[in-house]
Amino acid sequence: MNLRNKLIYFLLGGLILLLFFLINISLGSVSISFSETLKSLLGQPIENQSNAYIIKNYRFPKALTSILTGSGLAVSGLMMQTLFRNPLAGPYVLGLSSGASLGVALVIMGSGVLFGFSSLVFSSWNIIIAASLGSFLVMLAVISASFRMKNTMGILIIGIMFAALTGAIVNILSYFSPSEELQKYVFWSFGSLGNLSAQELSILFLCWTIGLILCLFSLKSLNALLLGENYAKSMGIQLKKNRFLVIISTCILAGSITAFAGPIAFVGLAVPHLIRLIIPTSNHLVLMPAVLIAGATLMLICDTIAQLPGSELTLPINAVTSIFGAPIVIWLILRKRKLVF
Amino acid sequence: MNKKNPILSVKNLNIGYPNKLIANNISLSIHKKELIAVIGINGAGKSTFLKTITGDLPKKSGEIKIQNQALQQLSSKEIAAYISVVFSNAVFSQNLSVYEVVALGRNPYTNWLGLLNEEDKKAVQQALRLIEIEDLANKKCNQLSDGQLQKVFIARALAQETDIIVLDEPTNHLDLYHKAFVFKLLKKLSQKTEKAIIFATHELNLALQLCDKIILINNEKAVIDSPENLIKSKILQQLFPSDLIQFDELTKSFKVNTDF
Repeated sequence: MNLRNKLIYFLLGGLILLLFFLINISLGSVSISFSETLKSLLGQPIENQSNAYIIKNYRFPKALTSILTGSGLAVSGLMMQTLFRNPLAGPYVLGLSSGASLGVALVIMGSGVLFGFSSLVFSSWNIIIAASLGSFLVMLAVISASFRMKNTMGILIIGIMFAALTGAIVNILSYFSPSEELQKYVFWSFGSLGNLSAQELSILFLCWTIGLILCLFSLKSLNALLLGENYAKSMGIQLKKNRFLVIISTCILAGSITAFAGPIAFVGLAVPHLIRLIIPTSNHLVLMPAVLIAGATLMLICDTIAQLPGSELTLPINAVTSIFGAPIVIWLILRKRKLVF
Repeated sequence: MNKKNPILSVKNLNIGYPNKLIANNISLSIHKKELIAVIGINGAGKSTFLKTITGDLPKKSGEIKIQNQALQQLSSKEIAAYISVVFSNAVFSQNLSVYEVVALGRNPYTNWLGLLNEEDKKAVQQALRLIEIEDLANKKCNQLSDGQLQKVFIARALAQETDIIVLDEPTNHLDLYHKAFVFKLLKKLSQKTEKAIIFATHELNLALQLCDKIILINNEKAVIDSPENLIKSKILQQLFPSDLIQFDELTKSFKVNTDF
């Protein structure tokens, strides 16, 4: 594939992303026409004031959140899969989501179980801070372990062990919690793309930008890592420094997303595979933007489905990504008969 | 051969791991155009020696100099511009094309994104041409045989444009034809490109026939000499227990002792 073809593909991908962005905004419990959606987004006045209000305050931020979470998780999944040379790795192998879960579980259920009183009034910031703090602490533990480890595979196991540990604590908390608190925790663990204020959204956007910039700087060494750590080192790549860069980038991306939108599992693992099955390359200079666009698009589609257009109901986003995404990945792998990694 | 300016010189070098000495007091120098085999029985320290001179493993004591600069004072990127390595049984992404693998050899010279400029592309083409695998350039690595893969990784090392190429058992898993082929290829490359090529091998007979020099690591000592001198010094006879394998000076090869 030469440069011009690549540019055309990416332009096409960008257009598809834009299309689903508009579809996502126009569909929902109230259907808003395409032209009205466009007008409203471009800042022109539209006749139906309540539609304008819905778009500005509800659907536009939600669509933006979908793009940020989908792309951020997919890119961190790609980085983790290459760093650990493992097709089963995803953004959460470093224990980020388990840390966040523990933090949130402690805030929602812990107060009742540990101190004998329960307060069901939680601002969204409480949850966000608890999730950030939880994932930050677990991440710190995994990173400090990674500095002591000589081989990268060990970090993977340590991350999984931390997930098991925190999962067990959450289980104990759940076991002793009254049903309302348990339900509140379970609802958080389903993930949610709505409910982000402009302020929260801008913080998420800032984290997303920093994470992606760090990712850009690790692309070269990720490509070298395709030949294995020995070769990467013999070509002048500083393994530990690069490993740190990739881990920090993933932590900022996936950590902030988990804090604001909950643990959304499937996208980070599946999108890199989806792209590798469609585009036959391992070059991260191509994979990274492709995964970015595909992650964002997939998340927009899943969110559109989760809204169940025309009905008042919404489905949990975490379930939709898997129900919708897993069959696609299975179908693609079966069609190609093997997974080239 | 200019004896004055060795590419790589080693003085009183002790190699090994924190609690284990593998070989001591190694002194040798390596010049351009030399094809050098590192031989020794399993566990003698061939890989340890190669890892130490490539900076992968810290030396225990002594001195290693590349182009008159102390190895420990060079950054990993600087070392990568002097020494390229071909590993045995590396696990790598089979989804890479031959061209991509060879192009990765340009890593020490490319910009922060790893994009190839015209000079890089030229070096990649030249490496492909030297190894005669231009027709494979667009093939994926999972479509290649072991012999072809070995050529690809040698081409990758060439594209790195280093004075020294180090190979760890490059003829592992290859049939006799490909073993001889790789040996001849390395010989040709050392002549044509004027690089010093150092490789660990168990193919003693082939090494004795084709190499300019041989580094023999045995009983914690390392000797470097030409195959002829090594044969004369009768040191090869001590390499294996003589009731099993004997060295035949007439044919310059090792033979299994068939007396029962």
